[in-house]
Amino acid sequence: MPTVNDTVWAAQNTTPAAVEAAIRGLLIERHNENDGYVPARVLNLICVVERQWRGEVANRLRRVGRYHPSRTIVCAVSDGRRTIDAVVSIAADATPTDGQHVLTHETVILDVGPGHLEHLDTIVDPLVIADLTTLVWAPHGHWRAVEALEGLSQCVLLDSVEDPDVAGALRRAQGLLARRYVVDLAWLRSTPWRERVAALFDQPARRVELGEITSLRIRNVAESGAAALLLCGWLVSRLGWPHGALSRDGHGRAKGTMGEVAVTLESVPQDVPGLAGITIGFRDGGALSLDRGAGGLTATRRDRAGAEQHWRLLGASRGEGGILGEGIRQSLLRDPTYREALDAAAEMLT
Amino acid sequence: MTLAQTPANPLAAGLERLPVAPTNLVIFGATGDLARRKLLPAIYNLAHEGALPGQFNLIGVARGELSDEAYRELAAESIRAFSRTPPDENVLTGLLAELRYVKGAFDAQPTYEALAAALAALDEAAGEPMSRAFYLSTAPEFFGVIVGALGAAGLATDKRADVRVIIEKPFGTSLQEARELNAEVLSVFDESQIFRIDHYLGKETVQNMLAFRFANGMFEPLWNRNYIAHVQITAAEDIGIGGRAGYYDHAGALRDLVENHMMQLLTLLCMEPPVTFAANDVRDEKVKVLHAIRTPRADELAQISVRAQYGPGVSGGEEVVGYRQEPGVPADSHTETYAALRLNVDNWRWAGVPFYLRTGKRLARKVTEIAVTLRPVPHLAFEQDGSLGVRPNQLVMTIQPNEGVSLSLGAKIPGARMRIRPVNMEFLYGTAFLSQSPEAYERLILDAMRGEATLFTRNDEVEAQWRICDPIVSAWSAAAGRLPQYAAGTQGPVEADALLLDGHQWRAV
Repeated sequence: MPTVNDTVWAAQNTTPAAVEAAIRGLLIERHNENDGYVPARVLNLICVVERQWRGEVANRLRRVGRYHPSRTIVCAVSDGRRTIDAVVSIAADATPTDGQHVLTHETVILDVGPGHLEHLDTIVDPLVIADLTTLVWAPHGHWRAVEALEGLSQCVLLDSVEDPDVAGALRRAQGLLARRYVVDLAWLRSTPWRERVAALFDQPARRVELGEITSLRIRNVAESGAAALLLCGWLVSRLGWPHGALSRDGHGRAKGTMGEVAVTLESVPQDVPGLAGITIGFRDGGALSLDRGAGGLTATRRDRAGAEQHWRLLGASRGEGGILGEGIRQSLLRDPTYREALDAAAEMLT
Repeated sequence: MTLAQTPANPLAAGLERLPVAPTNLVIFGATGDLARRKLLPAIYNLAHEGALPGQFNLIGVARGELSDEAYRELAAESIRAFSRTPPDENVLTGLLAELRYVKGAFDAQPTYEALAAALAALDEAAGEPMSRAFYLSTAPEFFGVIVGALGAAGLATDKRADVRVIIEKPFGTSLQEARELNAEVLSVFDESQIFRIDHYLGKETVQNMLAFRFANGMFEPLWNRNYIAHVQITAAEDIGIGGRAGYYDHAGALRDLVENHMMQLLTLLCMEPPVTFAANDVRDEKVKVLHAIRTPRADELAQISVRAQYGPGVSGGEEVVGYRQEPGVPADSHTETYAALRLNVDNWRWAGVPFYLRTGKRLARKVTEIAVTLRPVPHLAFEQDGSLGVRPNQLVMTIQPNEGVSLSLGAKIPGARMRIRPVNMEFLYGTAFLSQSPEAYERLILDAMRGEATLFTRNDEVEAQWRICDPIVSAWSAAAGRLPQYAAGTQGPVEADALLLDGHQWRAV
């Protein structure tokens, strides 16, 4: 028997139609209570998780701060389950006062079984807010569910660094990208690096140095190989360098404007996951390096005589919560350079 | 191939944050209220987001006797107190590590010699000449002085790097002053180097007016005299003048808000679609709107303008004093705290449509909005009894505090009878976007460092704004007698109703 109060509704052995009616009822109830409550209407997030780990995923989502989806539908999968249980809640950060509006977000938690995944779209469809972008995230690898939701979603969130099979992760991203937009957190981890590398060559006097590059060395912690590959793929694709595959120890070659470019991906120890540094070498023996540091990146320019100049590129660490939040935000944007970078990265592993 | 012919940076494609050239930013008035409350926090937030140029240095210039270290402490305190993002100590330390302070009077040559030395040292450390941006965050009387001194010191141009000057408002307090200041500034800097700030243009909701008008096919066919009955632009505040008596009693409501912010809102609302969104294309169209507004004649001022002062009243449930009782305000002050105008934009699109502008302190509520009221339908087949009835559609763009757009529509009241009442269709910024809007100053400082001038006011724009407001300012300054009063916490003076034509009504504040 459903129980209804002002923010939460729960039912066992229920149906999508009943859940949808409950959401509508709760929204009206909230509005009647105080018309300063305004439902956020930006994005649906469908999250398919192992039931036993759903708390961990909920914690990750709590840390995304202002990048919270408007409606989150968590499909918690547990072996042996054949019926659907549901909990619906509407949360607000504050109580509206003085004519101010306070945003509300809806969360629907559905307990489902593996047998539900093949046709998960038929369960979730009535629950998503129509006409909003719908993002699918399956952090525990329920790819069958991601497939089932293909017609319902416009974007898939994934994190290629979480898959120990880097080549497989990149191939999967390519496959998904053929049908939907993909936001790969591994790609977003490289954003500050890409911005800074682009800035280093933005002045016309420096831009001509892009044609003088003879070596590229990217450093990363071992588990973040996908992020390093995507950064490398971005650079070679943006510069239009034909390139070969990397050897098992991370060495390869590309053809730059003036000749061969030695490419190296190198695992290094670091306290935090992700990229550690990048060094771009030039024909005259000079080099530009970026290295992770506290409060941003450290840039080093070494001229051909070996003289070094250092400066700091400021920027606060986003943390893992910030990266996930950025992933949610990016699902509403389109990065035209990701596909080429991904293809180039995948080619380097073939 | 010359440097100018260098192809576009292929690495910048697809990036949300475009690169900014290495820059030395110099703030004149570095210890002032604006610098502490807005500029330093904005610069910190740009650093926090990783949006500052890779090589960036900040130099503060002011008259106070401070060491570099003492200015660092002042800056850190300001950022901790006023930043919209809780500071990351590593970023804050990094930002302030190279902060320099140059002490000196703005009209003294040694100040600029010290500044030139500091800039040269920073260029040398960078290994190349860095762009320079001079931010004039001082009292307006120093704008011309500083610009002249920068020119005399040879700091206004550099063949190897971009040099820009950012000038705060007010840009003159009359047409004459604006012209003189423009002449002074343009004798030293080229117009392409000058960035006159109107921070309203840095607000996302103001910029959204352009998106609203020119990215939606449904509104543009209605956006003219055939469908629009009148427009009201309101900038109301529920607070008094606070501690700003010294500034405000000389400025008044018209100079403080109407001549700049509200005129800018009017131009964005009325302008023709620009060919591109390049700075001069947009500003050309805005200037055309201002040119279409006739200079008010002395004999019509009483019909098209109203001013008033707030008296004692109740605001937010508490008794508050009137303007003349505010600390620092002369007991016989004639400064208006409320100004309302009725203007016409005499061009093909807008002829005959009244534009009502009003602003005031100590009104009932804080709100900045543009309300566009459409003409009523020509014939009504519905009963009007027993309901609020059919009202003309109204489109309201709220700039603050509940940023968004609302469209009022007539809808049938559920029931057996065909009765109509207005309902609202609302878009609220907060509900539809995940991102937090950056502070206006963050956007504007970054744009100025990039040389992107779309959101800054051009010289002819400033003068055109003053041409419209100057006769009113002059007449009000010259007029003796007590100003109309309105009780604090209310809708404003009843005298403002006299501006309204054809049965129009002010929207409730």
